[in-house]
Amino acid sequence: MELFTNQILAGIATGAIYACMALAVVMIYQAIDHLNFAQGEMAMFSTFISWQLMQVGVPYWGAFVLTLVFSFIGGIAIERILFKPLTKAPILTNVAGFIALFAIINSSAGLIWDFTIKQYPTPFGSSPFLGSQLISTHQAGMIGVTVLLLLALYFFFQYTRMGLAMRAAASLPESARLVGINTSWMIALGWGMASAIGAIAGMLIAPVVFLEPNMMGGVLIYGFAAAVLGGLTSPFGAVVGGFLVGIFENLAGTYIPGVGNELKLPIALALIISVLVVKPAGLFGRHIVKRV
Amino acid sequence: MTALLNIKDLRAYYGQVQALHGLTFSLNEGSLTTLLGANGAGKTTTLRAICNMVRSTGAVEFEGKPLTSRSTENIVRLGIAHVPQGRGTFTTMTVEENLQLGAITRKDQAGIVDDIERMYTHFPVLKQRHTQQAGTLSGGEQQMLAVARALMLRPRLMLLDEPSFGLAPLVVRDLFKILGKINREDKVSILVVEQNAQLALELADHAYVIETGRIVMSGNAKDIANNEDVRKSYLGY
Repeated sequence: MELFTNQILAGIATGAIYACMALAVVMIYQAIDHLNFAQGEMAMFSTFISWQLMQVGVPYWGAFVLTLVFSFIGGIAIERILFKPLTKAPILTNVAGFIALFAIINSSAGLIWDFTIKQYPTPFGSSPFLGSQLISTHQAGMIGVTVLLLLALYFFFQYTRMGLAMRAAASLPESARLVGINTSWMIALGWGMASAIGAIAGMLIAPVVFLEPNMMGGVLIYGFAAAVLGGLTSPFGAVVGGFLVGIFENLAGTYIPGVGNELKLPIALALIISVLVVKPAGLFGRHIVKRV
Repeated sequence: MTALLNIKDLRAYYGQVQALHGLTFSLNEGSLTTLLGANGAGKTTTLRAICNMVRSTGAVEFEGKPLTSRSTENIVRLGIAHVPQGRGTFTTMTVEENLQLGAITRKDQAGIVDDIERMYTHFPVLKQRHTQQAGTLSGGEQQMLAVARALMLRPRLMLLDEPSFGLAPLVVRDLFKILGKINREDKVSILVVEQNAQLALELADHAYVIETGRIVMSGNAKDIANNEDVRKSYLGY
């Protein structure tokens, strides 16, 4: 029983990270109808920035905040420079853009910081949380930071005018323009926020997976699985999907014989395919019906 | 009276297809003008061209300011509210959020709160449904919401694209009564595109008739309504 509880809690902790990645993916998907394959690499690069800041002596939380600012501005810059010109381009052109971005960021990180694995600090420590062997303080910290982030985002989108404008621009761009919303900037802002959310995920998971240019590969696939499970059209679904995938991953790794650590990733892919076959809109997604 | 909106030689294109062939007309301050014509005459395109939502050439001036080089959202910010065909309702949001969105470019929070209350007196049904998702409203209610949302901008000019479309005749009468009231009391100039020519001519003070992208007739709404030849050949009633 203790193993079971332990696996559930550990699943919630990594699930929090998947939830963040899924949310970042869904935010951009809602704004431009494309999956950002480079979301993980953007998060990885941000994490390296925070590491570099700490190397030159900036304290953890100072580096954390500076990195969020950097990621936010970086996300906006990527949208303005690379994806705004592709707004009316066909899907495949956009896909090529995302893959290019993936390769550019991955290689740049390797060039700047090389591919050796680096230790990444945690501000929460890794002792047992509240004296319990079930969960470590870092895992509790991952959950705590994610919950705070989700609450802040919920408040932003539900109760501020800027949040309302962003929701309007994502749901009906033409109507949004007709009430005077600059939809193009709302998309850029969405990129900035998605990039910052990814950075948080990167900085929280780095102590677990260690810092290196390919650290987010697996995480992003779980993030995609979470987004697909929850429904790509639903930010709430993406978050729920993230936690479910985290728990599912851990339980499958522990209890299904032969899965272990090695086959965890294929399980995420199997999950994506199963959801797409059985319930394409995901658990909470809107079923989009097009009139022919 | 001064012209609020001045349009000269307006041509619009969808890809290679030209939809407007040099439209010239104007709308006076305080006027309620209607643009009539059959299906495909270019009525909707005219409204879309004013707001720069379709590729066009020619001159469009609002209060002496040229609109042609401005983006749609900047044109709206000058005080032109456009209620598009199909109403443009944010169906997944609540009625109140829709009204908030209408005023999204305004900074006067107190004025916005007052205006929402004012809309609820104009359209009592919206008050009853203010927490409801806009997509659950009936067609008539959604049209009321669309007009209310446009008014939340405190526009100088309101462009309405077929407000009667898909509504029961009684609902249309109600809606047009409210439009007349808004025009008189709130001093909002209105340009309304309609297929229901009879009703539009009752409401409007000035009318233009448009056929295949050209203005073929203009004048006092009453005169046009009384001119049997015009009625028969262009308005079909």
